Amino acid sequence: MKKIGVFVCWCGTNIAATVDVKAVVDAIKREPNVVFCEDYQYMCSEIGQNKIINAIKDCKLDGVVMCTCSPRMHEATFRKAAEKAGLNPYLVEVANIREQCSWIHKDIKEATEKAIVLARTAIAKVLLNAPLYAGETPVIKRALVIGGGIAGIQSALDIADAGFEVDIVEKKPSIGGKMSQLDKTFPTLDCSACILTPKMVDVSASDKINIFAYSEVEEVKGFVGNFHAKIRKKARYVDTTKCTGCKACMEKCPSRKTPNEFNQGLNNRTAIYIPFAQAVPNVATIDPEACLKLKTDKCGLCSKICSAGAIDYEQKDEIVEREYGAIVVATGYNVINLDHFNELGYSDCKDVITSLEFERLTNAAGPTAGHLVCPSDGREPKTIVFVQCVGSRGLRPCDKPYCSKICCMYTAKHAMLLREKHPETDVYVFYIDVRTPGKNYDEFYRRAVEQYGVHYIKGQVGKVVEKDGHLEVQASDLLTNEQLHINADLVVLAAAIQPDDTARKIGTMLTASMDTNDFFTEAHAKLRPVESPTAGIFLSGVCQGPKDIPETVAQAGAAAVKVIGLLSKDKLKGNPCVAIPNENMCNGCSLCATVCPYGAITYVDKEFRVMGKTVVRRVSQVNEAICQGCGACTVACMSGAMDLKGFDNKSIMAEVEAICK
Amino acid sequence: MQVENKEWKPKIVAFCCNWCSYAGADLAGSSRLSYPAEVKIIRIPCSCRLNPTFILKAFQRGADGVILCGCHPGDCHYTSGNYFARRRMTTLFSMLNYLGIEKGRTRVEWVSAAEGARFSQVMNDFVKSITELGENRKLEDLRCKE
Repeated sequence: MKKIGVFVCWCGTNIAATVDVKAVVDAIKREPNVVFCEDYQYMCSEIGQNKIINAIKDCKLDGVVMCTCSPRMHEATFRKAAEKAGLNPYLVEVANIREQCSWIHKDIKEATEKAIVLARTAIAKVLLNAPLYAGETPVIKRALVIGGGIAGIQSALDIADAGFEVDIVEKKPSIGGKMSQLDKTFPTLDCSACILTPKMVDVSASDKINIFAYSEVEEVKGFVGNFHAKIRKKARYVDTTKCTGCKACMEKCPSRKTPNEFNQGLNNRTAIYIPFAQAVPNVATIDPEACLKLKTDKCGLCSKICSAGAIDYEQKDEIVEREYGAIVVATGYNVINLDHFNELGYSDCKDVITSLEFERLTNAAGPTAGHLVCPSDGREPKTIVFVQCVGSRGLRPCDKPYCSKICCMYTAKHAMLLREKHPETDVYVFYIDVRTPGKNYDEFYRRAVEQYGVHYIKGQVGKVVEKDGHLEVQASDLLTNEQLHINADLVVLAAAIQPDDTARKIGTMLTASMDTNDFFTEAHAKLRPVESPTAGIFLSGVCQGPKDIPETVAQAGAAAVKVIGLLSKDKLKGNPCVAIPNENMCNGCSLCATVCPYGAITYVDKEFRVMGKTVVRRVSQVNEAICQGCGACTVACMSGAMDLKGFDNKSIMAEVEAICK
Repeated sequence: MQVENKEWKPKIVAFCCNWCSYAGADLAGSSRLSYPAEVKIIRIPCSCRLNPTFILKAFQRGADGVILCGCHPGDCHYTSGNYFARRRMTTLFSMLNYLGIEKGRTRVEWVSAAEGARFSQVMNDFVKSITELGENRKLEDLRCKE
């Protein structure tokens, strides 16, 4: 007979106020198999844990049931205590009598009865539990960082600093991300490039960091500690080892009509290009869509001009295969498509621009060398209207339900800088709410209003129409309940930000869960904010949710620490709650392999002795290191051969029976 | 023999996936959002772990209603488990309906880890509809009764 010990926690008054703990103990004591039952104020305390340890040793318990708070809270604590006493940790079950009983029921009798049923259910399960042992797998001591913006750069630098190798994969020709496009940063107004480019140089100088720029992750297989990735290095048609970044090719290239992505399409670039002056790596890239040589075979000027002989029109995409122990996702964001916002005239009027375009227009390295002009005719704007929350916090299908978080602050920055540089301009900001949580943020916003005289108007802009060479902004002031018509020269839309288009693809590739907005979900909203629920995947920057630069850098560092913690281990303990096939019952139909989201199930031909003869049969095999224990295969299996350790059929059935008793 | 005039209370089994709905139930608890004590939760790793036989077992043992809660479509911790669950339960429920188990006795609901209020509301609603349907006799194995 198995000997079970049951411990009922008071949790101070959290449980004891609505559950009659003594009555639970009295009832459970009479249950078969229960040889020990005790209550205590705080089972999670050291004294409480010692009670468990002593009981396991003294009564030689075969299983332990903890009637306490949620297993999500203290299951690990109690399992560790059991392990200390020499009991397999998976022989501990938790009956959740706090979150799912005492806290939601007011009637003491009702709550006590439910607590007893929950305890009985856990006893029924623990009686059928088998000891489980986690397997060990070695850890590959290299990290992959997907995305080379400030998030990826910071994570890579921190990981490299701890002595581990890091690969950064960036889809654009240079690392730097959105931060490299910005002019100034709030609230200190220091120049974005001046603080970013030294970090980019550090990345390229580090002997631990390998940059795969103009590359994309094509496939990721494996599991925590043992990822196997295929990286596509897209053909640049330039030998990166020879190119010196002299830009002679850019001066001569005759194809000059491609919108410059780095300047948000505000000017054009050549077919062979280096996106910006401080690019890392500082090598040219040929755009195959624009290059005359590659398209029509009639040019080849760049190869003639290049003194280094770096041009190679025959270059092909290259696939690099690398192994990693951990992956940091830092895929960042993009501004939403504003085609659906016809009322604001973004697609029709050239002088309606996004904030990121404004950023390029005021940047000294931008298309106008920092001279703010209207994109339509190059005149200097006198009246500028900023519209907040364009596509953020909305309920229409084209809107995002969330707050993009950074817009209030960068608009305050834009307005302030404008008034400082051009005191003669009129600057209006239309807002729903001004949200400025953050160190020195509200002070910054107040400075914009009080010191710089920016007109903040609470209200929404209904329409922007072009009229006599001006933009008429029709809006309402919610505080005075007035209809406003403002003749503006330039309208700047604080467009919502959304995860990069590649995020969903990468999330699927990594089997990392995402929310409905395509932001990566964290393992725990409060306590594990930089880890994905998928082991070995870490989140850095806006790919997890909107955030500004300081928050991104903080999160990138936090993700790096998690990666370092993982890579500094030589071996990893796996999750023993994995699928297990019964080979005698398996008929090799492969249904389980079809539903497995991780590709953990394969097939092998195995010899069996049947009635004195040797028979070869195809049976399924689960790779315990890859299996995450979802249990999809257990239900798909028609012969009932597949079961899930820790949540096996028999024990769930026993739980059902115990509840229905 | 003394006949006890006891008010009938339904027996309800709720299967909750570990990542979303069980956490949602915990949140309902920590937000003190009450729902009837008749609901007893069984934790499973994912909604796709729910074998239809578990539901049949529950009805065999006299359950009056069974509810499965999982992550919202697209939010599954295991990427696709809830889609499997949705298909399997659609098939099972139509079979149960054919066998005479009223449609209202079985339900699938998506509750995220952040939806404590929704969890409580779903459970209140489910218990109410089961109470209206009354005791379940179909599929119950009377031999299991003491």
